[in-house]
Amino acid sequence: MRGIQSALEPAGAQAEQIARLWDVFLITATVVWLLVMLFTIAALLRRRPEIVPNATSPRVRNAVVAATGLTVLTLFALLTASIFTTRGIASVPDRAIQIAVTGKQWWWHVEYDDRDKSKRFTTANELTIPVGVPVTVHLRSADVIHSFWVPSLHGKRDMIPGKPPSTFTFQADKPGVYRGQCAEFCGYQHANMAFWVTALPWPEYARWVEASRQPSRIPSTHTQRKGQEVFMNSPCPLCHTIQGTPANGKTGPDLTHFASRRSIAAGTFPNRRGFLAGWILDAQHMKPGSQMPSITLDQGDLEPLIAYLESLK
Amino acid sequence: MSEGVSEHGAHVGEAKPLEDHLIKEETTHSPYALPGDAELHEELDKTWSPAKGPFRWFMQIDHHILGKRFIVTAFVWFGLGGILAALMRLQLSRPDNTFLSADQYNQIFTMHGVTMMFLFAVPIMEAVAVYMIPLLCGSRALAFPRLTAYSYYMFLFGGILLYVAFFLNTGPDTGWFTYPPLANPEFAPGKRVDIWAQLVNFTEISAIAVAIELIVTILKQRAPGMSVNRIPLYVWSMLITSFMIVFAMPAVMTSSLYLASDRLVGTHFFNPAEGGDPLLWQHLFWFFGHPEVYIIFIPALGMVSQIVTAFCRRPVFGYTAMVLSQVATGFIGFGLWVHHMFATGIPQLGSSYFTAASMLIAIPSGIQIFCWIATIWMGKPIYKPPFLFVLGFIAIFVLGGLTGVMLASIPLDLQVHDTMFVVAHLHYVLIGGAVFPLFGVLYYWFPKITGRMQNDTAGYVSFALMFIGFNLTFFPMHKLGLIGMTRRIYTYHPETGWGPLNSLASIGAAVLGLGVIVYILNGLISWKKGAIAGANPFDGPTLEWATSSPPPHYNFIHMPVVSGHEPLWHAPEHAPVVTGLSTKDKEVLITRTFDAEPDHRYTYPKPTPWPFLAAVSTGIMFVGTIFTPWAFAIGLPIAAVVVICWFWPTTPEKEGEATEEKSVSEREAVA
Repeated sequence: MRGIQSALEPAGAQAEQIARLWDVFLITATVVWLLVMLFTIAALLRRRPEIVPNATSPRVRNAVVAATGLTVLTLFALLTASIFTTRGIASVPDRAIQIAVTGKQWWWHVEYDDRDKSKRFTTANELTIPVGVPVTVHLRSADVIHSFWVPSLHGKRDMIPGKPPSTFTFQADKPGVYRGQCAEFCGYQHANMAFWVTALPWPEYARWVEASRQPSRIPSTHTQRKGQEVFMNSPCPLCHTIQGTPANGKTGPDLTHFASRRSIAAGTFPNRRGFLAGWILDAQHMKPGSQMPSITLDQGDLEPLIAYLESLK
Repeated sequence: MSEGVSEHGAHVGEAKPLEDHLIKEETTHSPYALPGDAELHEELDKTWSPAKGPFRWFMQIDHHILGKRFIVTAFVWFGLGGILAALMRLQLSRPDNTFLSADQYNQIFTMHGVTMMFLFAVPIMEAVAVYMIPLLCGSRALAFPRLTAYSYYMFLFGGILLYVAFFLNTGPDTGWFTYPPLANPEFAPGKRVDIWAQLVNFTEISAIAVAIELIVTILKQRAPGMSVNRIPLYVWSMLITSFMIVFAMPAVMTSSLYLASDRLVGTHFFNPAEGGDPLLWQHLFWFFGHPEVYIIFIPALGMVSQIVTAFCRRPVFGYTAMVLSQVATGFIGFGLWVHHMFATGIPQLGSSYFTAASMLIAIPSGIQIFCWIATIWMGKPIYKPPFLFVLGFIAIFVLGGLTGVMLASIPLDLQVHDTMFVVAHLHYVLIGGAVFPLFGVLYYWFPKITGRMQNDTAGYVSFALMFIGFNLTFFPMHKLGLIGMTRRIYTYHPETGWGPLNSLASIGAAVLGLGVIVYILNGLISWKKGAIAGANPFDGPTLEWATSSPPPHYNFIHMPVVSGHEPLWHAPEHAPVVTGLSTKDKEVLITRTFDAEPDHRYTYPKPTPWPFLAAVSTGIMFVGTIFTPWAFAIGLPIAAVVVICWFWPTTPEKEGEATEEKSVSEREAVA
């Protein structure tokens, strides 16, 4: 079974090491369980004397002692394997790409850091990372506890408000798109707080970064221009930022390159025209409790607005 | 007789000297019976009779009556919790299902956890003990009978509060663990979380009170001769569990009080914006929460030992190893809580300690499994339903224990923490590890409690349905967790690929539910119409079987004197007993903690309504604090007055002397 969010299909060094450790534990546990069952069944079916002795037979006692000894040894072996894997996945490389991820009810705010302030940029609900290069995420929460988890790449890490950012390093070794999801119950729409991680070969990644640093595209058609006008005159800019325009709200996701994203509402719906229209008009029905209000638009405003948003590549 | 005096005469208590006799005389049915028991029975029955009259329901302090109420009430909550589980399985049976809304689902999964953990798992273990422990110890009553009544009413009121709130759409919805800041007023307005906090107060007060009663009963009211090395394994397990309750529960009460004060009077224990610490909550909660698991599981270990002994026809192999393993589990259980917090990013060295401790606890569990298998090996198994539940327990619990070892490993935990894998693991250890033994032992003790036998065919059917249904429901969840399905989500998308396994789990849940229904119906019908059981239908070895079924209100006419772990199997035809307790007053024999030598007599109180009134007044205070802090200021004095009335001495000194005289004359009569 192919999973889009599976710990059994690792795509990076950390997840790979954990998956190998899983194999060790799984095989050991299976053998132990089968042995216990075997001895139980043997104990049940064994031919026995008519009169059951109350005394303890030394052979049985030795068997119990041996089984206990084996248990201790097995556990010690598993403990050792576990500690080595813990060290293996915790080794921090010198150079890594730094990304700050902030969990919010119920979406992800993503900032790509750079020494040069002008090269920093912001996106939401998606991480794009290069293949074969370590990535360090700095995890924060703006409200309640969330947990950042992309099973194909690494285990999870909680995002705890009021604490310094928690750092967590992983690396993708195969290009691909991996799904992640909030793993700590965070309220009403915890179920719909997902995100995507896209791993690209370095040149493509570099191009993506360059494009992401640009401000938003200037509307090129009449409809798009009308759409921008609708956007700016509706409540949208109060919450959303579009770089290169007056819209600079911070409550909701940054929409500067909205059209390049795979999904809307934190991995809840594909980023397609029908879902987008529904999301704008009736977000409270599509993801009840979310911060996005259902917007009332004038007749004929929806189509230009969507055209504008779809132009924000 | 002179033997008895010389043996016990030196240990006579000071306050009330004990007229003890060890008498061997002719008997017909029980090894502890004496001639003239019929007259004694009449007198004792009158002395120990429960409250009568129209208000008797509010006045009972008899451990049989309260034990049965406790068991039935806990099963009512279990049924409700089970219905909630069925609703969740319906919702998750296919992707993008709209059967439940997010709000309904969040309330339901929280209510399911709260019900099963606070209103079923711990209370049912204590409930069975309230009924059975005095019988297994060979005592006439449970210590502190009025406190037992108070505990019962607190437990009942807590459950009613929770479900009334739920039906008014104010059920808690932040998970049974109720992590702040999600539970802080900023993110959880309304009264839902306050209901949770007060429910915890109700149930934990009840749990701690019962734990203290059990500790005192086990330490001070054992039959003469039941020295610490002869205590039945189930009694040991309840002793250890009770101590764990006394140490673990205050942590959750503390945290719930902090949370209630954060919400009610604006303190900031857990508010990060004002310097509070959400991680403090997690430490406090899991310092209770992990021992809680063993509080549920250790009684089950004792139950398994009772069943294995009775149905393999021999003592459990390795008594000392079993007891020490239970004690070790009790201690290590307090050193594991951080394995619930590996994903919070706490320092690696500390986490590794908790990995080691979490793996360590597998050793005592393993030893007990090996000892049971050795017992089966050397014994002669009888395949009655209780024994099948034990075999089911071994298969399921060993698997759950092995996934527990996986969860102890930090890297594996980072992947499967907060996923369906953990849901699978915890149900394997709690249903397989605790509910299966519980159902087995209730089947075993059913004739003792009701005087009637259950139907074996229905017993086999319920076991088979439960075993198959359980594995169908929860085994696929391991895989679901590994392929990424997180816990506590009300819906999921089809492209995740989680649909088929979820459908399978939902089908399994229906089978499991059917098995539980068959089991409960069998119990209900047999209670009214089952075949009449004798005193000892399963030829059980321990003292509960030495009296009639159901037992009289005073349990034993004479205090049995025991000389081994399995007194009824080793007892000579006429076993020694201790006589000399009053038949006119509710006297209980108090023995010494370690060697169980008779020490003194203690007079028990008469039926009284004060515990009920005390529970009502504390209940009003707790419910009031959901709305206003003034409830404390007003409720506390009222509760204090009620408790003073409860404690007001009712036995004047003179009456005590009279009792003594009567006892003396009684001895002469017997002599």
